[in-house]
Amino acid sequence: MIATASSTPPVIVLENLVKFFGRFAALRAISASFAPGRLYVVLGDNGAGKSTLLRVVAGLMEPSHGNCTLLGAKKVREVAHRVGYMGHAPLLYDELSGMENLRYFAGLYGIHDDEVSRNAMRTVGLDPDLTRRVGQYSQGMRQRLSLARAVLHDPELILLDEPFSNVDVHSAGDMAAVLGRVRDQGKTIFVVTHQAALMEGVADEFVHLAAGQIVDRQPRPSQETAGTGHPGLAGVAP
Amino acid sequence: MSTLTVTRATLLKDLRMEWRSKDAINSMLFFALLVVVIFSFAFNPTAEESRMIAGGLIWVAFLFAAVVALNQTWARELRNQVLDAYRVSPAPPNALFLAKAIGNFLFVVVLECLMTPLFVIFYELRSIGPVWQLIVVALLGTWALVVNGTFFAALSIRTRSREIMLPLILFPISIPALLAMVDATTTILTGDGTPDFWIKLLAVYDIVFTAICLMLFETVLNAE
Repeated sequence: MIATASSTPPVIVLENLVKFFGRFAALRAISASFAPGRLYVVLGDNGAGKSTLLRVVAGLMEPSHGNCTLLGAKKVREVAHRVGYMGHAPLLYDELSGMENLRYFAGLYGIHDDEVSRNAMRTVGLDPDLTRRVGQYSQGMRQRLSLARAVLHDPELILLDEPFSNVDVHSAGDMAAVLGRVRDQGKTIFVVTHQAALMEGVADEFVHLAAGQIVDRQPRPSQETAGTGHPGLAGVAP
Repeated sequence: MSTLTVTRATLLKDLRMEWRSKDAINSMLFFALLVVVIFSFAFNPTAEESRMIAGGLIWVAFLFAAVVALNQTWARELRNQVLDAYRVSPAPPNALFLAKAIGNFLFVVVLECLMTPLFVIFYELRSIGPVWQLIVVALLGTWALVVNGTFFAALSIRTRSREIMLPLILFPISIPALLAMVDATTTILTGDGTPDFWIKLLAVYDIVFTAICLMLFETVLNAE
């Protein structure tokens, strides 16, 4: 059965999604759909299948069974220019500066205007004139630059895998605020994280994974009921 | 976006990174230099003997040195999992392959330009046949090595012992090209006959394997 979050056309539809690594099933028959313009936070213990789910949705892994429809397309490659992905690793070249990295990745999306890359850096709070190579960046700066790379081409769907890992609380808070602003522009965002508390103010829905299955989906309460506390975080480890 | 644009951007990026780190060119140069010096001590040939064996020596040195560079080709893409950023982009997969192959071709050509004078000095080499034919053989032979090398390096990036895997896969499949390179070079150096057949064989080998690599690269890139 497909759990539908909203009546608007879904941005992602997962149908009976299964992913095996050898004999181990990392994803077990996941069926779900996700509405556009919302910020989803995917939670779960280590090994629950969060990153695998994100990689399958991003087209980096083929599911063993089942289908994943992304922005109406069966093949992710057809809508690759409308999807942004930030991995667990920074996905950046250490030997290049921040702007050189962004300029190169912008080129892969057919963007040749330097101002786009400069704006992306400013959006995440980095100085585009910084000539230091990424290898000399702090972990927080790398994560910010990685986020800038993921949103550089103004994607409709943004998939973020542990964007706050190794980032100090202040920087993580800033990044969460940036994500909230991006969502407010109508983008759909998926954030895989262990730090649910950071997303409490901005998330629209918490999706809980356990043993390769979606075990719970908790939408954020409306503004009228928000004052009574956030049921979406009940039982969720920070 | 066109394959040409992305190939150019990726090639420039790789050249810039190599210029800064000099990982590939330094290790290739050092390796090739060692081979030249060790072989010259081991054989100490006369000028006539040199012409007979130089074809084999030169290409063995370049092949081994090229493997060092080829192993580095994808290492940069694996660090920080940058390859995933390319895979999720709409950029054509073949543009990545072409950029890597052209980059490796340039590195090996630079190596050949730097090492050839040393070969001439250490082995007292004087070509009896036309030198321009040597250049044709060098260019075709180098492409034969790097196009397969780049492809098989990509094929072995997800294996645990990829440094060992690459020569194990590359050397057997390069035997026809190596044979043609060595025989063509020896023929030109000794002036004994014409290398036309070997040059044509190299050209056909290059075309066939470039086409096969381009056809299969997307599958290799997205393999788990």
